[in-house]
Amino acid sequence: MKRSLAGRIWPNATAIVLAIGFVFPVYWMFNTAFKPTGDIISDVPVWFPLHGTLQHFATAVGAPDFWTLAGNSVLVTAVAVGLSLLIALCGAFALTRMRFKGRKATLLVFMVAQMAPWEVMVISIYMIVRDADMLNSLVPLTAFYMLMVLPFTLLTLRGYVAAVPKELEESAMVDGCSRRQAFTKVVFPLLAPGLMATSLFGFITAWNEFPLVLVLNKEPAKGTLPLWLSQFQSQFGDDWGATMAAASIFAVPILVLFLFLQRKAVGGLTSGAVKG
Amino acid sequence: MAVQLDDAVDKRAPRIGKGGAPPSGRATGTRRTRTGRATPYLLLLPALLATAVFLGWPMVRNILLSFQTLNMKELIQHLTVWNGTGNFGEILGGEEFWRVTLRTLVFTAVNVTLIMTLGVLIGLLLARLGKKMRLALSVALVLAWAMPVIAATTVFQWLFDSRYGVVNWVLDQLGWHSMAHYDWVGTQLSTFFVITLLIVWQSLPFVALNLYAATTTIPKELYEAARMDGAGTWKVFTTVTFPFLKPFFLATTFLEVIWVFKAFPQIFAINKGGPDRLTETLPIYAFTEGVGNLHFGMGAAISLLTIAVLLAVTAYYLRLTLKQEEDEL
Repeated sequence: MKRSLAGRIWPNATAIVLAIGFVFPVYWMFNTAFKPTGDIISDVPVWFPLHGTLQHFATAVGAPDFWTLAGNSVLVTAVAVGLSLLIALCGAFALTRMRFKGRKATLLVFMVAQMAPWEVMVISIYMIVRDADMLNSLVPLTAFYMLMVLPFTLLTLRGYVAAVPKELEESAMVDGCSRRQAFTKVVFPLLAPGLMATSLFGFITAWNEFPLVLVLNKEPAKGTLPLWLSQFQSQFGDDWGATMAAASIFAVPILVLFLFLQRKAVGGLTSGAVKG
Repeated sequence: MAVQLDDAVDKRAPRIGKGGAPPSGRATGTRRTRTGRATPYLLLLPALLATAVFLGWPMVRNILLSFQTLNMKELIQHLTVWNGTGNFGEILGGEEFWRVTLRTLVFTAVNVTLIMTLGVLIGLLLARLGKKMRLALSVALVLAWAMPVIAATTVFQWLFDSRYGVVNWVLDQLGWHSMAHYDWVGTQLSTFFVITLLIVWQSLPFVALNLYAATTTIPKELYEAARMDGAGTWKVFTTVTFPFLKPFFLATTFLEVIWVFKAFPQIFAINKGGPDRLTETLPIYAFTEGVGNLHFGMGAAISLLTIAVLLAVTAYYLRLTLKQEEDEL
């Protein structure tokens, strides 16, 4: 179908404007992080970091407890996501490959759990953790993060488990594998891409989590990076260069992960949303 | 954003079970040993146990707390003081709760309307673009989508900084000179403006990219037939795209409602619900009362009421999904 010149120009023009609009905040974060302070607090914005400097990154990384907090974040996220993948995979396998009494009810439990309003439950969680005398510990934080991502992980993995042809598993069992062997040798390798795509959302959730750590781990060295970043600006006065460097350090792992995995993620999310 | 299109995946599982090999349980039912019968329960045990301990118990505890007086004194001395429905009476009898509820509902409605309308428009635009342009816009969207919430919030604070923020400079250059050193977090409306912009900017990519992905599943013949009948762009959308993607629209709207309603870090980190607590939505209100002002009992009661409001708002969709699940599980 032929379209008029105007009909071809306006979608592209709109797309360019939109692309700039969506990228600009991200760009401005990096731009500010690399600019010398003189260029940041200037009356006319400096659009490109022509006099690039790493000084702000040095300030951010040199902030008290930075490495401890970064370590905390990595540890809590990795353990929470790893555990939830493991637990969810077992559950997903049972729910897709086996028929048993209470299957429907179990599914319902996880669907409801997925909608849990964690943001408004911080008060009771605070009381529970305090009564257990575990405030400022990474253990409860990890446990709750694990559960925040568990229902989603489990429900999503079901689709990936179901997509592995049952015949493969059965023929492995005919060839003398036990059910467990059939799983580890045949099903698991086929599940790897699904596990990766699913874990992306777990990583993002755990890495970004803010309300709970805000309440539970008030001790400066016991927090995670989101807490650090949210308090960075007030601690460093209005040092926007260092604040943006801190934000960049925090954002880069997720941005990289996302760019690599997003194709799979979008496909995985939508493949069943529309009933064909 | 962890709550994704869960029913997305649900539909795949049973379909394969029905279409392909018979479900294993029935096929091997007669030969199954006692351990075989226990296997699914053993596999599910860790997940169910964890859910009960880390979600079920906090929920129960929340309910218990909401019937207690638990302020500074009780907290330090580990006292349990029951006060019946006192907390609820005080909250529901006062003006503040209703004001915050109304504010939260308006805030949610405005954000979700903006997100869905603009998200659909961008999604349709993506479908219309050439390959290269589509890739460019997609990458831009993914960058915004992937930006961690707290990082994005910090960046928006910098963009809207009153002295050196780039937004004020641009507005000043455009001739709006009173905006030169405008304090965006100084008034209720302007603070909400920044928060809304932030939330919409963060949520649009999810809606747009998923809508685009969904439109690719619509058979081309439908469009051709509609065009042949002389339908314009709007007509094609209302007669082909929308009816075909109705489940998608429902699910996405539902997710966005939940997500905006519960938005915590954005509002809290921008201005802690200020100025004068005028941008507090229900989750922030519960937090400030409970943890901030150390009225844990009151906070727990507010959080329960918040959940009730959220359930009421999403009841229509929840009922629909549950009914569907009943049929398809």
